[in-house]
Amino acid sequence: MDLTLKIWRQENAKAKGKFETYKVKDISPDSSFLEMLDVLNQQLIEDNVAVPVCFDHDCREGICGMCGLYINGRPHGPDTAVTTCQLHMRKFNDGDTIVIEPWRAKPFPIIKDLVVDRSAFDKIIEAGGYVSVNTGGIPDANAIPIPKKDADISMDAAACIGCGACVASCKNASAMLFVAAKVSQFAHLPQGKVEAKDRVKNMIAKMDELGFGNCTNTGACEAECPKEISLTHIAKLNREFFAAKIL
Amino acid sequence: MSNIFSFSVGKKLIMSLMGLFLIAFLVVHLGINLTLIFCDTTDNFNIAANFMGTNIVVKVMEITLFGGFFLHIIYGLILSIQNMIARPVNYKVANNSQTSFFSKYMFHTAVIIGIFLVLHLFDFYIKAKFLHGAESVIINGEEMHDLGALVIERFQILWVDIVYIVALLGLAFHLHHGFQSAFQTIGLNHPVYTPIVKGLGLAYTILVPLGFILIPVIIYIQHS
Repeated sequence: MDLTLKIWRQENAKAKGKFETYKVKDISPDSSFLEMLDVLNQQLIEDNVAVPVCFDHDCREGICGMCGLYINGRPHGPDTAVTTCQLHMRKFNDGDTIVIEPWRAKPFPIIKDLVVDRSAFDKIIEAGGYVSVNTGGIPDANAIPIPKKDADISMDAAACIGCGACVASCKNASAMLFVAAKVSQFAHLPQGKVEAKDRVKNMIAKMDELGFGNCTNTGACEAECPKEISLTHIAKLNREFFAAKIL
Repeated sequence: MSNIFSFSVGKKLIMSLMGLFLIAFLVVHLGINLTLIFCDTTDNFNIAANFMGTNIVVKVMEITLFGGFFLHIIYGLILSIQNMIARPVNYKVANNSQTSFFSKYMFHTAVIIGIFLVLHLFDFYIKAKFLHGAESVIINGEEMHDLGALVIERFQILWVDIVYIVALLGLAFHLHHGFQSAFQTIGLNHPVYTPIVKGLGLAYTILVPLGFILIPVIIYIQHS
């Protein structure tokens, strides 16, 4: 496959960025999107025309949440329920022009090129996305019965890898789906219910403080989430919040 | 801990509750308006309008209604401005994922409705209540404003009808997303009931604005 790539290049956080156009040839349809970028970077080094394009990646197995590119108007590209590393070039056509942008959100400042600082998510987790661990003996796994339905919902929420595609796709750059997943995964479990009220208030307060936008129930986050986190978790987040503030 | 309205989710709760109140109000408004085309005289419309303007319970509801509009608009503005700030640099390629289409234009449709609301309130509510813009009529021995005649007079003007219909279409698009979105914001999302709410929302979105639009269309045709 021969492709034209329009890629956002930005020297550092303060520099003014712009799109640069590159051409890559003989890309295998079976290669992943990141492998295609590896080929581009190798070509840039060998031809000595530009410094390699910076992009985030780690496991390349769709589970770490590090990769994240906004490809042709969609976070993680045109495929559904996959991360950028699991996106394959067969989803594109020979001769295509592909526009590659970084996540765009005020709380996700660009570090370089396509790499953004997503530590805002860490700060939200620090605000309450955990269960306080009391020291002592290891409890029996079956000591606290958990209904299968609740365990399933909790596991669905826990599938969130914190990649930030929800923020990237949202027209308001809202982090509600991320926060909802993190609140919901604990809210359905007895261990999480102990600190549920403080958790939801603190995490929403931190999300607001960091400058994420507000949810307008548009649904782009759900449509683009590589782990298919459902909007029902946002409704759960809202219920948890009202219960914490009103009841 | 700060109060509930300092949180984004708290502001959205107010927006959704006020939105649902306004949705309920529109049904009452439409019911009264429809008497103009389903009754032979404007008496029923005038009696209903007079009742709405004088009954003490309705007067309390009127304050709630104006408060509802005010809070819905103010919080809508605050949240929209925060949303714009949250993405200072836009994408080169706009997001084209499968989403609620009209939710992307809630602010735009809100501006249309807002402009219409100012015109509408001035043309009927303020003019009749404070500027003596409506004639008096005696129905069942009681003197009241002849608002029915005022409405019929207005709806014979083509540009008034066009503005009215455009505003109602804006309202329909606003409600198409707003109806079901309000339930989601309150936290009501259920695998069985949410599809029913969405269905009801769609029916409301079509039938209520259509009902409002039919009135000027019929009056214009009858008098031209």
